[in-house]
Amino acid sequence: MACFLVPATEAVVTTVATKIIRSNEHDKAETFNIKLPDGSIEEVAKTPFSTKLGWLNKMLWGGSALLAFEHLWHGEVVPFFPFLTAVESGETSEMLAEMGSTGVMMAVLVTATWLVMLAVSSAMEKKAIHNSALVKEEVKA
Amino acid sequence: MTLLTSVFAAIICTVIWYKNAPNSKLNIAPLCWMFWGASLMWFVDAIFEYAELGAEYFAPAPMDMLNDLYLGLSVVAFALIIWLIMLLVKDPKGVVKAALFKVK
Repeated sequence: MACFLVPATEAVVTTVATKIIRSNEHDKAETFNIKLPDGSIEEVAKTPFSTKLGWLNKMLWGGSALLAFEHLWHGEVVPFFPFLTAVESGETSEMLAEMGSTGVMMAVLVTATWLVMLAVSSAMEKKAIHNSALVKEEVKA
Repeated sequence: MTLLTSVFAAIICTVIWYKNAPNSKLNIAPLCWMFWGASLMWFVDAIFEYAELGAEYFAPAPMDMLNDLYLGLSVVAFALIIWLIMLLVKDPKGVVKAALFKVK
């Protein structure tokens, strides 16, 4: 009915949060050396948190946009007021119940997936920093 | 079927992104996020539908399947249009700028 509105609302909040965090982040990102598979050493910068939050933004905005298209296809969203056919036909309570179940679960699953990605990328960065110390020792030797 | 179409689109886009990373100028990453986000959302939709229909969920009528495939392909086309607009606006290779502002 209008489940996509829940992740879309979350997308608005996370987009604003991204802008605020980005403006408060330091210009100079932490850098370290990594050893590439071909044996060469390259200096790389740590991914800032605002960029990682951007991943969530893109998933939420993109998913909501495609689901909005699906709702338009099924005639659940119309391009004129009140925009939602459920409201027009007096099924507002059912629509809100669906938003509270399916919509919230959608937002939770996307956010949970992002949290897993955050944990994995953080572990990869830690490993790279650890290896970076080894690379420095190798270079010194 | 819409979920399947979206998942396959997400996988294909991710493979293309990985193959061309990190120097790709096609800006494929937003398309990957878009399809993965939609796939997760449709997955939740599928879980709720399965909870309601049970095993019947896996045996849709051929006409429903065809309609869902049609919708899935339309969704892919819609996402590709969004991506194309983003690509032309960002213009990472400067092609649009070069076409608009020719050096005299």
